[in-house]
Amino acid sequence: MTSAFHLAQFNVARLRAPLTDPSIAEFVAGLDIINALADAAPGFVWRLAEGPDGDATTVRPLAEDIIVTMSVWDSVESLRAFSYQSAHLDYLRRRRDWFLPHDLPASLVLWWVPTGHLPTVEEACERLDLVAAGPSPEAFTFRRTFPAPELTTRR
Amino acid sequence: MTAPDELDSGLAALGALTDGVRRAAYRAVLAAGTGPVGRDEVAEALGVGRTLAAFHLDKLVGAGLLEVSYARRSGRAGPGAGRPAKLYRASAAEHAVSVPPRDYRTAAELLAESVERSGADTALFDVAREHGRRTPPGTDVRELLAAHGYLPVETPAGIQLTNCPFHRLAEQFPPLICGMNLAMVNGLLEGAGAAAGWHARMDAAPGRCCVVVSKNKSD
Repeated sequence: MTSAFHLAQFNVARLRAPLTDPSIAEFVAGLDIINALADAAPGFVWRLAEGPDGDATTVRPLAEDIIVTMSVWDSVESLRAFSYQSAHLDYLRRRRDWFLPHDLPASLVLWWVPTGHLPTVEEACERLDLVAAGPSPEAFTFRRTFPAPELTTRR
Repeated sequence: MTAPDELDSGLAALGALTDGVRRAAYRAVLAAGTGPVGRDEVAEALGVGRTLAAFHLDKLVGAGLLEVSYARRSGRAGPGAGRPAKLYRASAAEHAVSVPPRDYRTAAELLAESVERSGADTALFDVAREHGRRTPPGTDVRELLAAHGYLPVETPAGIQLTNCPFHRLAEQFPPLICGMNLAMVNGLLEGAGAAAGWHARMDAAPGRCCVVVSKNKSD
């Protein structure tokens, strides 16, 4: 299926302790499992990964203790199915074991990107600021999604 | 949650259930879990004729409580496979009527959002587990889950819960509400004195409750 727009996702979480701390070990152990699950999920397009471990834990654009994930999917439904209808949900359920509440404007933002465009972390941080003001077609969450832009509005 | 127009539409749907036979037909479809059922199965479950079962099933479709699909049930396809059977399943639409007007759903959404924002998930899980533990001991596991609205169905691996009693809220706050649900089901098993033989765990999948109940391995 070819569509003109894909869905980008950006998530932030504040670690309770450094990734090397034993209290975070189960989260760290789950990283490869969950990343592999995402990579194999229907509708998965791309995820932010760097460094020897091939994950995003070394990307810390907002603060030293804030880790991020960023990915691109072919639809809201694909990302929702991976996030909430797979083994990933059990990790989300345990988020307070590993993460503290943070004072950032939001934890999650979704937005549409032209197919083929890989979002940058800088762009993602801007979208996170945007969604804090309320959901809009430019920045939203699962609780209120917006359809992909019409092809005719594309530059 | 009942503004005047919602009261009208809600009553129209629920009014279709005032007939006892029709209510039994609705329950029979729900009891089948996620798979759609034909009129023959419902007729058999109710001990009534096929024509009467079909009459009530179609009334329930008209009221928006059931949905229809067509499929060949014999497993055959192509010419000679016969006409597809008319099958029924529960509609995803929810109907709630409250007099006088009450809006607990909005209150629940506000509370859930507050818990998320303050990071108090664990407090909710603890409360849910304690709530479950207060169930009286000795209840049969399937009856216990049925009594709480889960529509349990037995599978080789244990018990699948085909209905999520917190569906709307769970869609909006999945980690929080599914976690609450898991804690509550484990609490129910403990309260009923069944925790030695059974445990609940997360096994998220579309179209059913994210929790499954499994038999403990005996050694």
